[in-house]
Amino acid sequence: MNSFEYASPRNETEAVELLNDPDLPGKSADTAVLAGGTDLVSLLQHGLVAPRRVVDLKHVSTMSGVRAVEDGVVIGALTTLEDMADSPLLAPYASVQQIISGVHAIQIQSRGTLGGDLCHLPNCWYFRNGYGLLGFRDGKSLVEAGDNRYHAIFGNRGPAKFVSASRFAPALLAWAARVRVIGPRPGQEEWLPLANFYVTPKLASQGVTVLKPGQLISHVWLPASASTQSASYEVLQLRGLDWPQAAASVCLEFEGGFVRDARIVLGHVAPVPWVATAAGRFLAGQSINEETAEAAGQAAVEAATPLSGNEYKVSIARAAVKRALLRAVGQWEESDL
Amino acid sequence: MSDTDTKSETGTRKVGWKPRGENTILGTRVPRIDGVEKASGAAKYAADVNTPGTLYVRLLTSDRPHAKVKKLNIKKAETVPGVKLVHIIKDVDSELHWDGDMIAAVAAERIEQAMEGVKAIEIEYAELPVVANEPLPVWVDDRDLAAAEKAKRTKSLGKRETKEFDAALKAAAHTHKGFYGIPVISHMCMEPHGSHCEWKDKENLLAHVSTQWTSGIPGQLAQVAGVDAANVTVICNYIGGGFGSKFAAGEWGLVCAVMAQKAGRPIRLVLDRATELKTPGTRPSAFAEITVGADADGNVTCWDSHQWGTSGPGGGTISSGVLPYVFTKIKNYRRKTTGISTDTGPYQAWRAPDHPQAAALTHTALDDLAAKMGMDSLEFFKKNLKLTDRAALYADELAIGAKIMDWKARWHPQGKGEKKNGMQQGLGLALHTWGGAANVSAVSLRVNPDGTVESTSATQDLGTGTRTCIAVILAETFGIPLSAVKVHIGSSKFPNAGGSGGSTTIGGISGPNRRAALDALWKIFDLVAKRYKVDAASLSAKSEKIYSGDKEVCTWKQACALLGPMPLETQSKGKKNDGLTSQGVGGIQMADVSVDTETGVVRMNKMLCVQDCGTIIDLQTAESQVLGGLIMGISYSLSEERIIDKATGRYINADLENYKLPRIGDVGELIAEFYQPDEQYHKGVVGLGEPPVISTGAAISNAVANAIGVRVPVLPMTPKRVLEALKGAKT
Repeated sequence: MNSFEYASPRNETEAVELLNDPDLPGKSADTAVLAGGTDLVSLLQHGLVAPRRVVDLKHVSTMSGVRAVEDGVVIGALTTLEDMADSPLLAPYASVQQIISGVHAIQIQSRGTLGGDLCHLPNCWYFRNGYGLLGFRDGKSLVEAGDNRYHAIFGNRGPAKFVSASRFAPALLAWAARVRVIGPRPGQEEWLPLANFYVTPKLASQGVTVLKPGQLISHVWLPASASTQSASYEVLQLRGLDWPQAAASVCLEFEGGFVRDARIVLGHVAPVPWVATAAGRFLAGQSINEETAEAAGQAAVEAATPLSGNEYKVSIARAAVKRALLRAVGQWEESDL
Repeated sequence: MSDTDTKSETGTRKVGWKPRGENTILGTRVPRIDGVEKASGAAKYAADVNTPGTLYVRLLTSDRPHAKVKKLNIKKAETVPGVKLVHIIKDVDSELHWDGDMIAAVAAERIEQAMEGVKAIEIEYAELPVVANEPLPVWVDDRDLAAAEKAKRTKSLGKRETKEFDAALKAAAHTHKGFYGIPVISHMCMEPHGSHCEWKDKENLLAHVSTQWTSGIPGQLAQVAGVDAANVTVICNYIGGGFGSKFAAGEWGLVCAVMAQKAGRPIRLVLDRATELKTPGTRPSAFAEITVGADADGNVTCWDSHQWGTSGPGGGTISSGVLPYVFTKIKNYRRKTTGISTDTGPYQAWRAPDHPQAAALTHTALDDLAAKMGMDSLEFFKKNLKLTDRAALYADELAIGAKIMDWKARWHPQGKGEKKNGMQQGLGLALHTWGGAANVSAVSLRVNPDGTVESTSATQDLGTGTRTCIAVILAETFGIPLSAVKVHIGSSKFPNAGGSGGSTTIGGISGPNRRAALDALWKIFDLVAKRYKVDAASLSAKSEKIYSGDKEVCTWKQACALLGPMPLETQSKGKKNDGLTSQGVGGIQMADVSVDTETGVVRMNKMLCVQDCGTIIDLQTAESQVLGGLIMGISYSLSEERIIDKATGRYINADLENYKLPRIGDVGELIAEFYQPDEQYHKGVVGLGEPPVISTGAAISNAVANAIGVRVPVLPMTPKRVLEALKGAKT
């Protein structure tokens, strides 16, 4: 871990200024944002990031908490998972609540923030062991040649083969969430569809989101829940601290018992949250039952391109889609035998 | 009369435990006497020691599986702010044998500065041709025997065949052939390996070491530091796990002592988590092609195994004689063992060395034969108990287990159980055995004139409750409360004690403490007899009083006051043939699991160990041993595994996110059931550390096979392996 300057702004303007300080030697890329620290501290310890300045957002109070707005709810990026679970405003968003309870580690529930989760860097072990975001050595993909059991089964034809690490992105994306991005200039802000937020990098320097140096997410907007039925299903090997092997979130609109619109997003299967367009299309006009859910799961993974060691993830993703759909309509319960 | 019994004026006094019904505390549930200290953080482990002026160390370790140090320049590192000393462990031209091999150590005022110092070391490697597969070095997969042979990394570790083997195989009415395996896992102590070394002056070293063998460390440190062993004091008050990997000081421990000497400052060198996983030691892998045969009634008649695996650069696997495990009397067998050397971290004894692997290879193959014959696993194993050394004991333990697990109702032929939402349930069992004889330890016991008692020995508490067990023995012997007993352990300046490994500590401390205590008690009885004019042979000590028959003679304190101003001291040493301790246990385990056939996730419903262990000193710590063993077993059965990346040859999951250990929600209901008929009580104390971790893998593997109708051949049974096994069965 390198030595760094610690800054503690009290509002958004200060935060953006500190992140883009012309007096700071070096580039603005040399600053890092600290929210809950559950990812950043590990990145610092392993020397994967080496900022000159760490900007701790803890005291930017406008970025915490959940509030109702006319057309939905706005969640501050610093809101912890625990506070999200406790917010009555978020109770109708079943798919989001199910993600929170799937993060079994209470340390992460109490410390981790929504914004931090959305910006969590990949857990790819080549990246974490110092081979860069894309996991290349001597111009060759280590992911391709090596152990890719946890890597992408979609969107993996380019150099990026890691999986997006965010737990919440699939659920929020299915809800058609927007994110408020501030910076790099003080006062500069933009509401972006979350669907446009993630990128699959061609170069390691491109990162995993559209955020430019000096920018950060301040808030997340969710539309009014109205009649939408939602659910998430994460396939977790362990019930402690563990990442999903694959996950799916769904948002369903019904008309007379039949699906009018189905938005299905897979997690941990591609460098970005993966929208299962074909599965959504297949469900239009159908009712949800064991058979259609199974078929939708199949449709969702039809175009998968597994790597040498992760074909099993295709089955897991298929099951996640099926179970999320059944759960959204109250037809799924975990079974004990 | 044994060599420890003594003669008094009133006849022979016999060393032994009390008659079973007369114990008031021994064998009951006693919480750890140091539990509050451990839970509150008041207990100081070696990794906690932090005296003024202490420097902290971080290591430069190899990131290549096999290389030579080509260039090494520490100049820049020495100028990093806060860095006080850079110590080269492996200089230019040294060979590095695994990812994590130690190269240099940097000591600084703060740990972050030490990390910066490590980064500033300039190193160039000359990669050694592991196997030509340009441009990446190739790691020889220890599962892939053919590849290892091609790479000339194998060596034969023995072959043996009985005369009648071929005929027996031919004559077998039923045979089964299968492949089974259990990969390398790492030592993963909660308290990493490490020490704090402080030179009190040029000659005298005080070292706090996380060790399983306090008495064994001073000589190792003295030798490397060039001082007399008498000048080295090693302290280990508490240890956060050892499991076989903390007997020696280790390269890191020696470096710590030398760096402290060089720096003239106290040094704390505790391994970071990645190095902890990579370097202090691993449990060897074992894979095998196995053929078993039985007659028409299900009596096993022959065994054929070719096993291979790796223990790192040394190139061993589990020893050739351990298969077939427990069922050692299978008359006709053929065995072949091949070791593979790999550029991976080295071997260290891991809780019950060789046994978990041997069980996972043997009892799975036998279970598959039972399934092929359409036999209930329980009936099959029962039928073949005659091939073990403890047929009657195992039969009793299996009967107890079957009742607790509701075996009859829950068992079904492989893959034919209840199914719901993709989940399928299954039951499995396996057997184990272990020695657990006492180690050789010495105890000095003191009874103070105020009635308090002290026991002093260099033994250590691995976390298993050594202090508590000593206190229970003394409280029981003298009829005094636990609060009147003080236990001093964990200093090399105390009377010598054996290393805590192989389930030897409980016996090692029980014999000498009981003997020394009886010796002292009898001396006090003689004083009481003289003073109160009663027959010494009629005396007993209970509830802080001395009785003659039913009659109260005096209080314990009055009796001790007869000692005069000086405490009474007695000593005892070692394992003696006086019935206090014994060896040799069986034990069985049964697992009830649910397997999610759509996701491959295995969930533990219930895990049972029925265990014999002779005389139980403290039922609570005994139960904790078993529960801990089961959890460790569940870990290597379902999630824990060292993953060597074939592209880089590196230990790619050396962190606590990817080196997957179960949490409390993953282990299901755990049951520790002790097999305790009178003969077990009278057997004497036998160690319990290893047995409960042994058969867990086999039992869970059998339960999974019973659930899904397919063998998942290699542990741990991750979603990937379960789904691949299911898919393989379909095609």
